[in-house]
Amino acid sequence: MKVNVYVTLKQGVLDPQGKAVGHALDTLGFKNVANVRIGKLIELEIAAKNKTQAKEEVKEMCEKLLANTVIESYQFEIE
Amino acid sequence: MKIGIVVFPGSNCDRDCFHVLKTLKQDVRYLWHKNATFPKMDALVLPGGFSYGDYLRTGAIARFSPIMKEVVRFAKGGGKVLGICNGFQVLTETGLLPGVLMRNEGLKFICESVPLEVVNYQTPFTTAYGARSSVQIPIAHMDGNYFADDETLRRLEGEGQVVFRYLNNPNGSARNIAGICSKKGNILGMMPHPERCAEDVLGNQDGRKLFESLIG
Repeated sequence: MKVNVYVTLKQGVLDPQGKAVGHALDTLGFKNVANVRIGKLIELEIAAKNKTQAKEEVKEMCEKLLANTVIESYQFEIE
Repeated sequence: MKIGIVVFPGSNCDRDCFHVLKTLKQDVRYLWHKNATFPKMDALVLPGGFSYGDYLRTGAIARFSPIMKEVVRFAKGGGKVLGICNGFQVLTETGLLPGVLMRNEGLKFICESVPLEVVNYQTPFTTAYGARSSVQIPIAHMDGNYFADDETLRRLEGEGQVVFRYLNNPNGSARNIAGICSKKGNILGMMPHPERCAEDVLGNQDGRKLFESLIG
């Protein structure tokens, strides 16, 4: 199964990278853009009996390694 | 004193720490991260560098190196552990110290000597500094912006766990924090590099006192 894991900074955690990109977009003339936040997309393939098992394992991966839950939150989708 | 310096792939301040401790006539040795055990030690140093190329997050992969289980056991048993720069990042990822080191607010790698206040001079790492001292120690990092939630920050302040504070915050760290220790004081994590200013030829000796405190 193919899995996409999205790791993003929690709301309230300052994202200077997002801010810098937001400023650059503004400079390019995209005046209608606000709240740019940068995250990570982690793609992986997992061999699992079913989606439920895959879900459980991916959740564990996120909690243990893929995200630092002090500042980051995560979401994932399994195809 | 028997002191082990943990070496990860990408560590690059291990030799500097070794040199300082050797100069102070200690029994120092390198501990390769792949070893799941190590001989009895009196203290451990997690040195600066770029363990695992800072992949994913700084310190995130090093945390799962085979040696880390034993490092955690040593620290939890009251052993003295000093994490410098990347070592500090590894300690937060491991959960031995609270919070996280985020990307610098200015998004730039900063390499300069900065003034610090020694906030707590009663830890095993800072006794040689004495009250109300300020020191000059170099920083060299991209991710040194200390972050923790308000409750954690209040607790750190209340329990005297803030050990070093920047006098001119260079990286956006919460409450100007440059270094913190565990509740018991036996684990210290700091972004500045004391090993880079432990001899006059390197500018000053402010960092030497930290190692002298540790040795006692």
